[in-house]
Amino acid sequence: MMVAERWFMRNYMIKRIIWILPMLVGISFFAFVLITLSPSDPAEVALRVNEIVPTPEAIVSMREHLGLDKPFFTRYVEWILAVIQGDFGNSYVNNKPVFQEFMMALPATLYLSVVALIFIIFVSVPIGVLCAVYEGSIGDIFVRAFIFLATAMPSFWVGLLLIWLFSVQWGLVPTSGMQASNSVILPSFILAQTYIATYIRLIRNNMIENKQKNYVLYAKARGLKKRIIYKHIFRNSLTEVLTALGMSIPKLIAGSVIVENIFAWPGVGRLCVSAIFNRDFPIIQAYVLMMAVLFVVCNLIVDIYSALLDPRLRQAE
Amino acid sequence: MQVWQKLKQDKMALLSLGIIISIVVTGIFAPFLAPHDPLATNIKIKFAEASLSYPFGTDQLGRCILSRLIYGIRTTVFLSIVTMLLTITIGVSFGLIAGYLRGIVGEGILRFCDLLLSFPSEIMILAIVGMLGPGIGNVVMANIASKWAWYTRMIRSLVLEYSDENYIHFAKVAGYSNLYILCKHLFPAILGKVLVLATLDTGWVILNISALSFLGLGVQAPTPEWGMMLNEAKNIMTIRPSLMLAPGLAILIIVAACNFLGDSLRDTLDPKHNPIKAGMKL
Repeated sequence: MMVAERWFMRNYMIKRIIWILPMLVGISFFAFVLITLSPSDPAEVALRVNEIVPTPEAIVSMREHLGLDKPFFTRYVEWILAVIQGDFGNSYVNNKPVFQEFMMALPATLYLSVVALIFIIFVSVPIGVLCAVYEGSIGDIFVRAFIFLATAMPSFWVGLLLIWLFSVQWGLVPTSGMQASNSVILPSFILAQTYIATYIRLIRNNMIENKQKNYVLYAKARGLKKRIIYKHIFRNSLTEVLTALGMSIPKLIAGSVIVENIFAWPGVGRLCVSAIFNRDFPIIQAYVLMMAVLFVVCNLIVDIYSALLDPRLRQAE
Repeated sequence: MQVWQKLKQDKMALLSLGIIISIVVTGIFAPFLAPHDPLATNIKIKFAEASLSYPFGTDQLGRCILSRLIYGIRTTVFLSIVTMLLTITIGVSFGLIAGYLRGIVGEGILRFCDLLLSFPSEIMILAIVGMLGPGIGNVVMANIASKWAWYTRMIRSLVLEYSDENYIHFAKVAGYSNLYILCKHLFPAILGKVLVLATLDTGWVILNISALSFLGLGVQAPTPEWGMMLNEAKNIMTIRPSLMLAPGLAILIIVAACNFLGDSLRDTLDPKHNPIKAGMKL
């Protein structure tokens, strides 16, 4: 890297990282306002879930206990200062610290997402490459038809059908929970399913586009072997695929909500949905905030990564 | 009209359009077409096999599945269409304002959209449903809230693209008011593209609404809704697995038709568009 370029790169990174700050403030503010705007009074909800009759006196004392009697901005600042220290308040339902609950559920979700990611890579890369190599063949057409259907199928329906087939009919994997060692296979595959379709298409179309570029023509003219030419094409298509994959990771983690609920998987998605039913606001708040921060951070990493890799993006800035 | 001429040659697109129209018409005339009351339970005939009076059989409460499917169009499909129409109305209004009236107002709208877009739509929907509580109205609102910013940005960039066209400059020079140019020139120009996006997104909204109803966050029982029907079918999977088929297939068919029609419309409206890239974006 030249000096000017290095300076430019550092400048870009600093700018990009500074832009994170107003975004984090906005996100935290949004997560906080959500609860304030909610039609149900948190104090009343907190009383109800503990089966205390919400008399006016009880509501007043609960409001005081939850700090709801203070002015809006004081509450926001106090909340955000506590959150930075990992204190999201206590659950209305079982009075346990929300952060602790969240951290207990997180490994299950991460486990599910990592296995799903492995599925995505190991299924879509070979199929995508084969489709690009044998473009227009029967196999390619078949895969494209499958992709089209996969994007229109509700994932929860596919999940139900696969549970019925593999668990109820054949008894190969458990229908729910994560006790057995093989119980992760079905939920992670269903989580991966829509992404597999997307990535097969992305890899295939990217490689086909690259095939028409001049460097391929040149490589052909030089008489390089087909295998080696495809290796070049694959490597050149990889950047876009990796960037997309980086953006898919937070989506996988956030998208596990449906799968976790179908399979009774004890992760954060299920925690959040049960919190919605219980009107357990601190948990919803923590979930929204943590997921949004995850997105912002992944976005930042992907942006810096692609700027490092692609000089054109640096100049465009 | 040109679009229609071209679309007529695309057999698959016509088929998709036909499927969507017939589903919508079936939904409108549901009371006349459904053989039974979708809510009427009759425990005596629960899990009935397909017969003449119950073409798709009955569920665990003896309700007619076909009738529930037909009435389900009114919830699943119609609510998705309403969601899309509202999203587009909001997106077009703000997009036109942000694109045409630059300066503080436009910039403000834009920054606000950027902020909203930093929230992934999945999280935004859960956050809003979490705040308002379960219920179909809240799900519709959450879907609109998660999507309007994207439309606003999209339409703004379309407006910027078209504002530089010579006929707009001419209209300005000729002394037409901003409002007149917005309504008479810019709006018709971007309408086609918006239509494509909306068709594609209707499928997405249908998937969303049925997924949330499946989780129990959207339509509440006993209202017939396809996602809700799958949720009920899930609990009796071991007794009667075939109940999972009809609602799932219904969702699959309508979403596939929307996606296909959207793709064809895009190719027809935008001949310069590279079909390889079109496939990538979907």
